[in-house]
This record gives sequence, C-alpha cells and structure tokens, in this order.
Amino acid sequence: MIKVNDLSKRFGRLEVLKSVSLDFHTSKSYAMIGPNGSGKTTLIKCILGMVLPDSGEIKVADKSIANDWTYRHQIGYMPQIGRYPDQMKIGQLFEMIRDLRGDASNLDEELIKEFRLNQMKDKRLHTLSGGTRQKVSAALAFLFNPRILILDEPTAGLDPIAVETLKAKILLEKNKERLFLITSHIMSDLDELSSHVIYLEEGKVLFNDSLDLLKEETREVKLGRAIATIMKRNLTQTLTA
Amino acid sequence: MIKIAKYVMYDILRNRFVMLYTVFLLVVTLSMFSLDNDPGKATLSLLNIILLVVPLVSIIFTTIHFFNSYEFIELLLAQPVNRKTIFFAEFIAIAFALSCAFVIGVALPMLLINFTDSTLYLVLAGLLLTFVFVALAFGASVSTRDKAKAIGVTLLFWFYFTLIYDGLILYVIYSFSDYPLEKVTLALVSLNPIDLARIIILLKLDLSALMGYTGAFYKNFFGSSLGITYSLLLLVAWTLVPLILAMRKFVRKDI
Amino acid sequence: MGRSGHAIQITLRDGAVLSFLLFISFSAISRTWTVGPGGELSSIRSAIQLASHGDTIRILPGIYREGNLIIQKSITLIGTEYPVMDGESKYEILTIAAPNVSIIGLKFINTGVGSINDIAAIKALESRRLKVINNLFENTFFGIYLSNSVGCLIEKNILQSNIDAEQIGNGIHAWKCDSITIRNNKVSGHRDGIYFEFVTHSQVENNFSHHNMRYGLHFMFSHNDDYRSNIFQNNGAGVAVMYTVGVHMKGNRFEDNWGSASFGLLLKDIRDSNIEKNFFSRNTTGIYMEGSSRCKFDENTFDQNGWAVKIQANCDGNDFTKNTFTANTFDMATNGSLVLNTIDHNYWDKYEGYDLNKDGVGDVPYHPVSLYSMVVEKMPSAVMLWRSFLVYLLDRTEKVVPSITPESLNDVHPLMRMAR
Repeated sequence: MIKVNDLSKRFGRLEVLKSVSLDFHTSKSYAMIGPNGSGKTTLIKCILGMVLPDSGEIKVADKSIANDWTYRHQIGYMPQIGRYPDQMKIGQLFEMIRDLRGDASNLDEELIKEFRLNQMKDKRLHTLSGGTRQKVSAALAFLFNPRILILDEPTAGLDPIAVETLKAKILLEKNKERLFLITSHIMSDLDELSSHVIYLEEGKVLFNDSLDLLKEETREVKLGRAIATIMKRNLTQTLTA
Repeated sequence: MIKIAKYVMYDILRNRFVMLYTVFLLVVTLSMFSLDNDPGKATLSLLNIILLVVPLVSIIFTTIHFFNSYEFIELLLAQPVNRKTIFFAEFIAIAFALSCAFVIGVALPMLLINFTDSTLYLVLAGLLLTFVFVALAFGASVSTRDKAKAIGVTLLFWFYFTLIYDGLILYVIYSFSDYPLEKVTLALVSLNPIDLARIIILLKLDLSALMGYTGAFYKNFFGSSLGITYSLLLLVAWTLVPLILAMRKFVRKDI
Repeated sequence: MGRSGHAIQITLRDGAVLSFLLFISFSAISRTWTVGPGGELSSIRSAIQLASHGDTIRILPGIYREGNLIIQKSITLIGTEYPVMDGESKYEILTIAAPNVSIIGLKFINTGVGSINDIAAIKALESRRLKVINNLFENTFFGIYLSNSVGCLIEKNILQSNIDAEQIGNGIHAWKCDSITIRNNKVSGHRDGIYFEFVTHSQVENNFSHHNMRYGLHFMFSHNDDYRSNIFQNNGAGVAVMYTVGVHMKGNRFEDNWGSASFGLLLKDIRDSNIEKNFFSRNTTGIYMEGSSRCKFDENTFDQNGWAVKIQANCDGNDFTKNTFTANTFDMATNGSLVLNTIDHNYWDKYEGYDLNKDGVGDVPYHPVSLYSMVVEKMPSAVMLWRSFLVYLLDRTEKVVPSITPESLNDVHPLMRMAR
C-alpha cells in the first residue's frame, strides 16, 4: 500500500532520514518506535507530503506522491499535538474538514459519539485541554473511513477511559482491510495494537519485521523488553566493530 | 480555493484587528474631509496616510496572520488539498479582508463625498498597494520559520520602500546631476511600488509640481493612457512576482 | 459750394456759427460708396480710388479677392454682414497710410505668409487715430499690425489663426506706437496674442488671449502702459514682458499656462511697476521674475500653481503684500541666499503658525521657500519624489533647523485669513 524507497532528508546539517526503505501493507498494523529524534515524525510527515524529501520516493497505492495531493483522501492522520485554529468551534472544525474533503458519504462517527464531542460542539478549540484535543484529532482521523491510518502518539495525554476506547476502535478497524501506522513510546499499547515493528534510530531502519518474529528472536514476551534487547545488541555490535 | 478562503476570512474577521483598521481608516478619512473645506487638499492629505499606513498594515498584518495560521495550514496539509490552493486561499482571504477595510474606511466615504477622477485613482492605488504588500509579506513569511525574523524583514521592506529607496534615488540624482536623468529616474521609480502609486495619484491630483521643467517629460509619459497602463501593470507585476515566488517556495516548504 | 457761399454771406461775423456750418457742409459733400453685388461699384479698389477724404465705402456681403489694397485717404470701410476680404494666401489685404481711417465689420481671411515681410490683414504705417472695430480675422499671418502710429483704437475684433501652420505671426502687433487702445478683442492661434515693442501710454483692456503658440501678451520697451481685466489663458509660454518701466497690471487672469518653459507672467528687467489684484491659476510658474526692481505686488491670488512665485536673486526692492497663496506646490523659490525684497502680510495656506493675540496676524514668521523646492531647482529630476515621505521629512527637518533655505526670505506677518 505504501512504499518508501531510499528516502533521505536533512534539516540543515542534521540528517534526519538516511536512505530509508520500507513497505507497508494493507491489513497490517505497524508500530514505529525509536528514541526521540530518530526520524519517526519526519517519516510520517514525508508520507503526508508535509515534508518534502531530499531524495527517494514514496508511493501510495503504486502512485508516486510527489506533486500529488489526491492520495490523501486515503489517509487519516492523528498528529502528535493537534493544533487547530484558535477561534474555531469543534462543530465548525468537523464541518469544515467534511466540507473540504468532500467525501461525506460513509462517515464513521463512532469516536465522536464515544468521546461525546457532539456535546462540546460550541466550544472553541483554544479552550480545550490537551486530552480533548487528542480526542478531536482521533475522531477526525477515523471520520472518513480512510484505508490508511497514521497515528502519531495516539494515546499520549488521553485519560485511561479514552485510551481504552481508542484502542478498542483501532483493534476493531484492524480487521477491516486497513493499514495502521502507529508511533508511541508506550510499548504496552503497541504490543496490543501492532502486528509489525519498525525500529528507527538516527534516521536508519534497524529492525523491520513482524512482532512475533521479534519476540522469537529476542526470546522475550513483551515488546518493551524485546526492543531493549535489540538496542543492547546494537550497542555491543557498534562497540565491537 | 474559495471554500478555504472563506474559512480563513472567518478566522480573520473573528480577530478584531481588521475591524480596528477599518475604523481607523474611516476616522482618518472623515476627519480629513471635515477639517479641510477643500476636498482636493483633503485628498492630498489622505494620500500621505495611504502611502504610509496601507503598506505598513498590510505587510505586518499578513506576516502575523501567516504565522498564526500555521496550525490551520498544518491541519489542511494532512487533508487531500492542494498546497497551491491553500496558499492562494490564504492570499485571497487576507487581501480581500484588507481591501474590504480599505474600501469601507477610505474608498466609500471618499467616493461619496468627492467623486472625481483622482479619488478613483487614489482608491485604485490603495487597493493595488494592499495587494503588493500582502504579496511581499507572504514572500518574507514563507522564507523563514521565525515569526520575529519575518516581521523584522517585512518592516525592513516597508522602511526600504517608503524611505530608503527614495533617499537612494535622490542620491543618484544628486551624484549624476550633470547628466540627463529623466529616463533613469523613470526606471528607478518603476522599481518601487509606493513611488508608482504616488505618481499615479499625483498625476491626477497635483499636476502642478510635475509640470515643471523636467516634469513635462514625466507628465507626457505618465499622463498618457499608456503611462497609466504601464504603472498599473507594474503594480500588478509587483503583486504577482512576489506572490508566485512565495507560492513556489511554499509548495516546497517543510511544515 | 453754392450753399456754402450763401451761408458765409449771412453769418460772416459769427465764427461759431461759421464753423458749425462748415461742418455741415463737409458732411454734406462726403459721399458713401457702395461696393458689391447690387451696389454701384463692383470692386473695393475702384471705390477707394474714387473716394475722397471723409467718404465712406459700404461693402455688401460677398467675397472680395483684390490683392493688396492701399488706403492713403481718411476714409471709412464698413462691411455689411462681414463681407470676406480674401488674401488668397498671397497678399497683405489692407495697407493704411493715412490718418482717421476706420475699418468696421469686415472679415479677413488667408493673408500671405512671409518670412521677410510681416504680412498682415491690416497694416497701419504712421497712421493716426486708426479705428479697427468689430472685424473677424481667420487664418491671417499677422492680424492687425500697427507701425509708428498714434491714438489708434482696436476694439471688439476676433482673431483666430491656425496654430499648426508652419509660419505664424502675431495677432495684434504694435511697434513704436503711442496712446493706443486695445480692448475687448479675442485672439487665439497666433504666435503672440498681443505684441508690443516701443509702445507707450497705451491701454490694453478686457481682451481674451488664449491658445497662442508662444505668448498671450508679449512686450518690450513699452513704458507706462496699462493692462486691465484681460484673460491670458492656455498660451504656449504664458505672458512675458521685458525691459520696461511703469507697467500697470490690474485684475488680469493668467491661467493654465502649462509647460516646461511656461509662465503665468514672466518679468524680466521690469522696474517701478504695479501688479495688483491679478489672478494666477494653474500655471507651471505663476510669476517668474529676474532683474526686476521696485515692483509692487498687491492683493494677487496664486492658486494651484507649480511654483507661485520664482524670484531670481538679481531682483531687489520688490514688495509682496496682501497676496493670497493657496494650493500651490511651491509658494516661492529663489536661487540665492541674499534677499532684498519685502514679503509681508500675505496669506499662505501652508502656514502652520498660531495667532495667540487674535489680531489676524500669525505670531511666527512663515518661510515660503521649502528645502525641497531648492532641491528641485538644482536637480529637476528630483521632482519625481514630490509628496514622498522622504521629502516630507526633509521639509520638516529644514523647518525646525533651517540650514539651506534663505533665512531672511520670510513673511513676518502672515495673515491668518485670506485678504479679501
């Protein structure tokens, strides 16, 4: 579904992505992990077309996304920090996005209902707490039934009940021929939600395989420990090299 | 594009600044006409204000607005919307909002009180100046991520076009005063939108100064319909060129 | 003669009665000749030949092509419904060399054109008391040309020529004349509308001189003349007067004289003159003066001129009082720092001072020369910066700390209101 081919990006002197190549397939859920500044968000922004790569190519549904924008019809994006026009009300925001996307049929308003966003329709976005904003972002990402869902730290800042609601939603949707790309620092969440693990460090893909394989290889039961083992192994490798 | 522009407009209008700007212009215009019995003189006094205030407000407001709507742009960019569409929608919305302020604050009262050829040109020049400086502000804003830096740069633009540039012209004229400089001055003036706007209005309003020894040359040039067309086209170019450059930069910009 | 002799027999002793009867007898013998279709004569030339002193030639409507007619008798030519005197682009039409000739109600067209001879529709050579009244002139090289003549009256004529012609003469041209009166004429399309050289003690009144190629009025060495209530409008270079003393100009209008070398009124070497209650409007330069002394400028109005007054530094002893300056780009300009003229009690619309004691006179002096006007004087191209913020700042600074503009050129008693 998404093909990332030899992608490189630098911000000034900082090389954020170093020839990253990845394949994402439908009906799978990818956990993208890595330390802060490893290039996760940049990679996501590249896929969304917000950041333009220096070299390499991204294809969505076999079409290059360079100079294209229509492919974003297939993507729902939940940003790390949802930032919205201050003066807008929640209701207006949903209406506007619906208006802009045009594909108003077949809306998935489940999260709006679950998060009770309808009751807050007239609240201005700048008055919202961080958690409520995350709810808005999540609801927006799922609203249009997209085939690709990119969730950047989806559970950060949400209250425990909302986290569970969101997780349930993700698990539900996972079975509907969707592609999930999730980044998080909360390994237990990823453990539950993902089928694949991509480990990025300093702009390079260090690990890219199924969750089961990772656990098998590291002989760990939990994703968090498995990753820690990988990191240690890498460290010793670089030290001995 | 219009859809997005509508939302941007909505956002701008929620912000009281444009309202204040409108009221300011309206108060200035009305007080000029009530203080001065001669509408021609009032128009001239207004000219000075328009040449100073309109570029300044346009360029600063646009820059601030651009940075304040970063979130909005971010939000839109995750949606299936063309970047060019977002850019032009932003431009149209801001230019339209500021033009509305100018029309309500200056154009309407002036045309009602004193409808002449010259007021028409004043209005036209004011609107074009608004467009030019909104476009210039976009150019500065997309070039940096730093709001303070962008405001600094735009202020410098304004200062350059209102004062420094004319000083340079004067210096050139002074240094080469032994040579016939009419055409050179003409070319130099064309490179400053504020000067262009000023001359278009002066030709309709205050010919006397330009009718002097060298003035006749300029009068012949700018006074002809060709000259007017030339200056108007140049002002349009002063809008389009920075706008298109900014657009190209915006399309390649990492958000 | 018989009747006359009879009268002498009766009233020999009474001189007054005698002269009265003499007058009657002369008018009795003066004849009227009628020329034209239906008249007793077919050509004006034969009528002039037949006429004697004091006769009248009445010219009926028609077109008369008779080349150059020379009048050496004191006769009167009167046209009915403007008979046309056609010079066929070759001839001078009337040449007058006699006293007491009157030309009334004719239409003169198409004189010849000459670069050596000043060919005119009517030329007077050493004529006294010539009257030219109510005639029309179209396409004439010179219209009315007075040479060495005295006491002539030029009244109610309309002179119109083609300004695009290759060569063009003056409308009303006078050389070495005295005590002539020119009034209520309209002159346009000539080189100079009214031209005087060595013309003294004359009156120019109520004329309308407009759209002439060079000057609306132009004179030199013409002392003690009086110009009243004329309108000089839209002439190529305005009005220029030179080398003269005792000029009196009152109530004239100088308007719309635009151009790089155009003046409402140019004064060069004019002395001991009065310029009062004139109106200067929409000229590139209202008054330009050089080498002029002891002139009084009272109660004139300068409105919407580029430069209201330009005084070159070689002028002295001139006096500007109670003039009104409104909406001029520059009120005054000068090229030197020494000022020997008096400027007092004028109204300046640019004056920003105050009048604390309410006596109608501003408490701080007004400086009519701005820094920018001096800059433009030196660097004409700088005119393009007019009304820019830079110029505004320059003028402001100069007002606060005068350093370049002549400090002594000021109006110590600027009026707060326009003088009536």
